[in-house]
Amino acid sequence: MADQFDLECRDVVKNFDAFTAVDTISLTIPKGSFFSILGPSGCGKTTLLRMLAGFQAPSSGDILIKGSSVLGVPPNRRPVNMVFQHLALFPMMNVAENVAYGLKRRGVDRATIEHKVNDTLARVGLPDSGPKQINQLSGGQKQRIAIARCLVLEPAVLLLDEPLGALDLKLREHMKVELKQLQNEIGTTFVYITHDQSEALVMSDQVAVMNAGRFEQVGAPQDLYYNPQTAFVAGFVGESNRWQGIVGAMQEDNIAINLPTGGMVLASRSVHPDLAEGQSVDVFVRPEAIAIDGQGKTDNGIQAKVENVLFNGAASSVQVRDAQTGHEMTVALPQTGAFANLRAGDVVNLTWGADQTRCFVRTVKQGVTTQGAVA
Amino acid sequence: MTNPAPVTKGGKTSGTIRFGAVLLAMPLVLWLFLLVILPHIDLLLVSLHERISYGKYEFSLINYIEFFVEPLYWNTYVRTAVMSIMATVLTLVIGFPVSYYIAKMMRGKGKSILFLLCLIPFWVSELVRTFGWMILLRESGVISNFLQWAGIADGPVEMLYNDATIMVGLVYTSMLFMVVPLVSVLDSLDDSLIEAGYDLGGNAFTVTRDIVIPHAMPGIASGCIVVFMLTLGNYLTPNLLGGKDSLWFTEQIYTQFITRFNWESGSAFGFLLLVLSSLIVWFGLKISRQTLSETVG
Repeated sequence: MADQFDLECRDVVKNFDAFTAVDTISLTIPKGSFFSILGPSGCGKTTLLRMLAGFQAPSSGDILIKGSSVLGVPPNRRPVNMVFQHLALFPMMNVAENVAYGLKRRGVDRATIEHKVNDTLARVGLPDSGPKQINQLSGGQKQRIAIARCLVLEPAVLLLDEPLGALDLKLREHMKVELKQLQNEIGTTFVYITHDQSEALVMSDQVAVMNAGRFEQVGAPQDLYYNPQTAFVAGFVGESNRWQGIVGAMQEDNIAINLPTGGMVLASRSVHPDLAEGQSVDVFVRPEAIAIDGQGKTDNGIQAKVENVLFNGAASSVQVRDAQTGHEMTVALPQTGAFANLRAGDVVNLTWGADQTRCFVRTVKQGVTTQGAVA
Repeated sequence: MTNPAPVTKGGKTSGTIRFGAVLLAMPLVLWLFLLVILPHIDLLLVSLHERISYGKYEFSLINYIEFFVEPLYWNTYVRTAVMSIMATVLTLVIGFPVSYYIAKMMRGKGKSILFLLCLIPFWVSELVRTFGWMILLRESGVISNFLQWAGIADGPVEMLYNDATIMVGLVYTSMLFMVVPLVSVLDSLDDSLIEAGYDLGGNAFTVTRDIVIPHAMPGIASGCIVVFMLTLGNYLTPNLLGGKDSLWFTEQIYTQFITRFNWESGSAFGFLLLVLSSLIVWFGLKISRQTLSETVG
């Protein structure tokens, strides 16, 4: 079983003095998958990646690559390679020398090096760029060379530290697709860290959402989006309308959540079997789950006034204000363009099904409010 | 009819700018001309004179011929060059790890303190610093007394007046001028390049050779040029620590000018020293594949 996983972490902890950067993380990454670690800056994801690469040693726990522990193995002996945030291409060498660097260190003979370098450059789509200097390359080309420099060594795992962060938006969108395709073709296990949820969702087979040194949830992108297990995941992955409320009366199928502003939101009992009356909860509803003047499920229905139309092509939305509670919400516009003539000041009826409401119990731990999972 | 006005205005503006530029450049031009070019022209002219009798001079190459014929001058010349190169290399070999430690291993406050420690000796004049070494190393000095007290030496030990001592003094005097450019150039090296080097299978030796040193080359070159020139033109340190036998070329020049009052010969020597330092710096830049503009800029 063990060799089914290219990479495994067992209860990895990293402390910096009193600060715990990585707190008891366990993960297994199957061979050939694209695994992303998604989290806000300062959540410990870079520390985790640096421990995988060998630049930092865990305070406790074990890291296994292809079934054997790599604790105490220095970075230059680990079968993993890293694409750095700013790529770290060697400016004192040309493209071919950059790609050949790792092979030279292994003492591979010259003919094989040349052959492999040309092969790898062709594979990343830059077959004739060998003699070029690094500063002659565009951002996207540098990206591909940085990946080629690692791939030529045929690592068990390729670690990527937000490598798309420095690119402009258009190129970033393009590189997302390209990276995904590349990973598909070569079948190397990728571990990708990012704070950009769209990068993680688009490219990954599995995403781990990380917060304050811990994994909040690990799952397929669809899973994270449609079935968030914690309030943090619900708030961090995708857009959400958010309220705080108190669990009120239990109805036949639904639970009423009373908002302090006087309103009420219905949630499904079957989705939240554990909620009890009087609990303080965070309530989330996706902007696209809400229908405008619609016929679908109408468990929840409010009247609201349009404050702002945020036109963004297929991803257009409107900001509205609940007429009763004064709560501000975002509602996605259907991509059919049905509400193209909606204007600020218009009054609309908003409806959504109780099963679209997600509630998470607020718990108070050591004086700090944290969100516990209810599922 | 109305066209000429802007033209005149434009002309006037550029004239003002040109005048301003000339004014700004004046100190540099004056400095170059009065303190560098003029004395050297004079030096060259004087060196090409031969004194026939009182107040009578003639054009002649005798001063240069004398230099090449007299083995003492010739030996001193070569010895000064070789010792200066050795001092430069030693300063680099000692200064590089020190600079690397300051620039890459230390963070925040520790870094500035270490850097300051390199600077502190230079708050004292070179003369006083050299006397410091003499207090330590002379026959009745601190180290000699300690060795006798500890029973390692039977009698007083003289550690002054030999080549090793000159070398110690020269390296000590030059260290800061090597460390400053090296620290600044190593500071500019992105840590992730070093990490990438290790990540791709390099070890301490290959990462230093393939990544750190190529990156630091401009700093190494500029540090070496400064140290070499300071050492070659140093008078105080070789003279005090090496004594009578130090045989430093600047001493020969001093002797010609001051003791023998032979300005013609002294000028020729001065000119030869200039040629020597220019040649060696040029050669050094050639073999390290650096250009002067890269090194200075």
